[in-house]
Amino acid sequence: MVIEHVNGKKVGKVMLYALSTCGWCARTKELLRTLGVDFDSTYVDLLEGKDQDDAMNEVEKWNSKGSFPTLVIRDKISIVGFREEEIREALKG
Amino acid sequence: MNLVVVDEKEVDRIYIILKKEAESGGYFLNSDVDFSKNLVRGLLKNEQRYGYRACPCRLASGKKDEDLDIICPCNYRDPDLDEFGACYCALYVDEAIAGGKKPAAPVPERRPPRSERGTKRAVFTLSTSPVPSLAFPVWRCSVCGYLCAREQPPGICPICKVKKERFERFI
Repeated sequence: MVIEHVNGKKVGKVMLYALSTCGWCARTKELLRTLGVDFDSTYVDLLEGKDQDDAMNEVEKWNSKGSFPTLVIRDKISIVGFREEEIREALKG
Repeated sequence: MNLVVVDEKEVDRIYIILKKEAESGGYFLNSDVDFSKNLVRGLLKNEQRYGYRACPCRLASGKKDEDLDIICPCNYRDPDLDEFGACYCALYVDEAIAGGKKPAAPVPERRPPRSERGTKRAVFTLSTSPVPSLAFPVWRCSVCGYLCAREQPPGICPICKVKKERFERFI
């Protein structure tokens, strides 16, 4: 799986599942950058074959709708969609 | 990984067409032009890589038959506009959001998950009550609900501009 890592303040594992074409995904990624946290992200639409299936299975574990963006924080909570206040709150640390 | 490059002039051109088409049918595009154009860029990217304008905010399968419901404008746009004032991507919004009177907020996914898809497709339940015999079949646009009585559905829906394949036999 192609994972992009952005260095920043360590707040625990932060993983963003996104689509390269999606406006709300772009906003979510932008927010993570603005907050300056350390995070990983992947564009599921750019993955192929088994990689994409694996990523979808992972997304569906957290979000049964399998929709984007799905943000998984510290392997504990997931936030689906660009919910700015929830994301800010969850990343306060 | 396929690198798809979208021509920016084409993005501008399609944005203008979509805006005009939307307004002529009583719909509105998001007035945040950069945000809308970014979605149009996504639509064109999807058109290149899949052959149809799949929703930029959903993962397309690459199989048109399985993705008919998410070809933009998707089958979920109108119910989402009614309930949330915006489509799933917020490319299409209601008048209040378009006029800047309220912000677009996240819309929960209405499309069934992967495991439940395909079951409802093409199984359009026809009314069981007796119908008077009609001179023509009635076709319904699955996107906007436009109805017409003629031998075949129109090539393009006059209201929401989707293609013939999105019509279902209604009566």
